[in-house]
Amino acid sequence: MNRKRKGLLSLASALLVGVSLFSSAALAAEAGSNSSSNIEEGKKLAFSRPKGNCLACHMIKEGVSPGNIAPPLIVMKTRFPDKQVLKDQIWDASKRNPETSMPLFGRYEILSEDELNKVVDYIYSL
Amino acid sequence: MMNKLIFKLVLTGLALTAITTAYADPEKDREMLTNYFEGRFPGVALAEFANGAYAYDTVGRESWEAIEEFPPYEIAVDDGKEMWGKPFSNGKTYKDCFADGPEIAHKYPHWDKKQAMVMTLPLALNQCREANGEKPLKYKKGSINNIVSYIAFESRGNKTQVLIPEGDAGAMAAYEDGKKFFYTRRGQLNFSCASCHLQNAGNKIRSDILSSALGHTTHFPVYRSKWGTVGTLHRRFTGCNKQVRAKPFKAQGEEYRNLEYFLTYMSNGLELNGPGARK
Ligand code: HEC
Ligand code: HEC
Repeated sequence: MNRKRKGLLSLASALLVGVSLFSSAALAAEAGSNSSSNIEEGKKLAFSRPKGNCLACHMIKEGVSPGNIAPPLIVMKTRFPDKQVLKDQIWDASKRNPETSMPLFGRYEILSEDELNKVVDYIYSL
Repeated sequence: MMNKLIFKLVLTGLALTAITTAYADPEKDREMLTNYFEGRFPGVALAEFANGAYAYDTVGRESWEAIEEFPPYEIAVDDGKEMWGKPFSNGKTYKDCFADGPEIAHKYPHWDKKQAMVMTLPLALNQCREANGEKPLKYKKGSINNIVSYIAFESRGNKTQVLIPEGDAGAMAAYEDGKKFFYTRRGQLNFSCASCHLQNAGNKIRSDILSSALGHTTHFPVYRSKWGTVGTLHRRFTGCNKQVRAKPFKAQGEEYRNLEYFLTYMSNGLELNGPGARK
């Protein structure tokens, strides 16, 4: 009985450590999220053909010969006051439009979480 | 802009659901697809869809017409003519297999009752070779394109006329299978053929204007500047599957043959104008 309780306690503390580690990592990511280097990297990812390849479909400032399948990515903060909504769109565009022709960048792991966050930072800066 | 987008979304939504939920009625499918493209491209004559994206890409059309003055597929046609006439080692020729040849492209693909499968021109040519003790040709690149180019050229002006023999469950199943393939999303990028060649036909994906599914098959094999040579329809299917990071299927395997059966049926009534030239 006693031993069992001890085991539970250590499990709980391990969980606590885990949680605090996790949240401090999240905080660090949050803090760094608007740095200009993130935006710069996000731009590279967005323009890269094997990564975001957003220009296949969207007009983006400074992007050469963009497609016109999708709306131009301009004045994003006005259109997406909530950054999370923007992230959701890029993570899984089928949520908003089941017939979407936009790839599901997060859900299908075309971009990693870290890459996707950088792309969101960049797009949000437009 | 937004209104236009919403309007477009509603239209394609209708077309996608209407077409995918239609009964197993190929003629109805074809009419619906034709109506959809006529509505999407008012002013573009139906016959124009045999010219792929050049039906509405007015800028690309100019350079295409210039290219057609000195057709880059001419060598392939000439080499194919030679192949057609040259006896196999047993002394027979293709003509012994294809008595009506070489003007036979409009007879393919068709449902082969005996073998219970969709028969395509490249497959029939290889079956002829093998029956005469010759090695089969590869299906995507190489000299198969020469003989198919020659046959396509000789068949120009005939109309696409794919038949689905009435009451033949196997033929209907093959058609249905090809139709399903066309509308199924696949690959990491999650596209169906319809995402690009129906929903986004006429739109630019990067700098490419997307062609319409209607007319996709009239002009194969096709010389592509990107390939620097002539390539088969199944080579094109392979490329389009790879673009969306899907694993391509085997050229002349059942999946692509059934897809060809469906896709060619959609172009019934359009004139054959192969070989073609594309970017
Ligand atoms: C193959 C086409 C395609 C690609 C590639 C693509 N998108 Fe999209 N995107 C669309 C379409 C189409 C829409 C319109 C809404 C819908 O159908 O989902 C859209 C909508 C959006 C929207 C919402 C815009 C608005 O005004 O509502 C954002 C933001 C967006 N995309 C960002 C991106 C980013 C960032 C990338 C690259 C990492 C990207 N897209 C790549 C097709 C694409
Ligand atoms: C991500 C977009 C995309 C998808 C998905 C796609 N294609 Fe394509 N396809 C293209 C582009 C781009 C071209 C070259 C421009 C054009 O002619 O449309 C092309 C060209 C073609 C052509 C040649 C057209 C011509 O006039 O020579 C055929 C046939 C074709 N695709 C069939 C298919 C089929 C069948 C599928 C599904 C298995 C498919 N495509 C899926 C983008 C796509």
